[in-house]
Amino acid sequence: MSEIAAPRSSSRSRSLKGGGRNRSGQTNFELYSWLFMRLSGLALVVLVLGHLFVNLMLGGGITALDFGFVAGKWANPLWQVWDLLMLWLAMLHGTNGLRTIINDYAEKDQTRFWLKALLITAAIVIVVLGTLVIFTFDPCLDPSSTLSVCK
Amino acid sequence: MPSKPAGTLYRGREGMWSWVAHRITGVGIFLFLLVHVLDTALVRVSPEAYNEVIGTYKNPIVGLLEVGLVAAILFHAFNGIRLILVDFWAKGPRYQRQLMIGVGVIWVVLFVPFVIRHLTHVFGG
Repeated sequence: MSEIAAPRSSSRSRSLKGGGRNRSGQTNFELYSWLFMRLSGLALVVLVLGHLFVNLMLGGGITALDFGFVAGKWANPLWQVWDLLMLWLAMLHGTNGLRTIINDYAEKDQTRFWLKALLITAAIVIVVLGTLVIFTFDPCLDPSSTLSVCK
Repeated sequence: MPSKPAGTLYRGREGMWSWVAHRITGVGIFLFLLVHVLDTALVRVSPEAYNEVIGTYKNPIVGLLEVGLVAAILFHAFNGIRLILVDFWAKGPRYQRQLMIGVGVIWVVLFVPFVIRHLTHVFGG
């Protein structure tokens, strides 16, 4: 973006650098949001399709899913990181998508406010819960676990 | 009723419908995600609680719903990539029709093997 002097504008950066405001006095939030949807979307294609392939296509697919399956997966740090990234990116991507939809269809200020308050509350609860579950998971809750950590 | 504007490139055509479908599949996937984090959280409660809930995912009706979920995810994923190409690839807008066909082809190629394998698991082959 070229820096053309504009009347009454501050000398603050009008470029893409964070926190600044552009010439019309608005933040670049919607620009970052637009970019985030594309970047996170790309990552999610890999994360979600990989998740579906491993859980539903390989081995016994859905019939093999149980506590032991989850314990086996999370014994590997790769899957912990995978699931954590997927949780955060999917929730941010989905929450931002719903924010856009609320902005488009809820016409009253009050309605928009309450719908977004509900959305953000739900998103925070789910992200915090999911993160705690990944970090505090105890495979040895299962007494018949064959994992070496439980012996 | 106002008359339909003539010669529009977007309204009522595949570009508009893929936008509508992207929104509907996006909302559906998001709602499932909320439920899915909650059911997975049961691994913190007890193996029995988790196994019981995950057991419902194996029943035939829910198994069919999963087919719908994967159909939505595959569409949303590859339609999203089409959007990225239209936005960032200089030739994207020119090849938008071909990109749309590409989304359909990839969707079929991934969806068909999934349905066969998943329904074999669900209905016990």
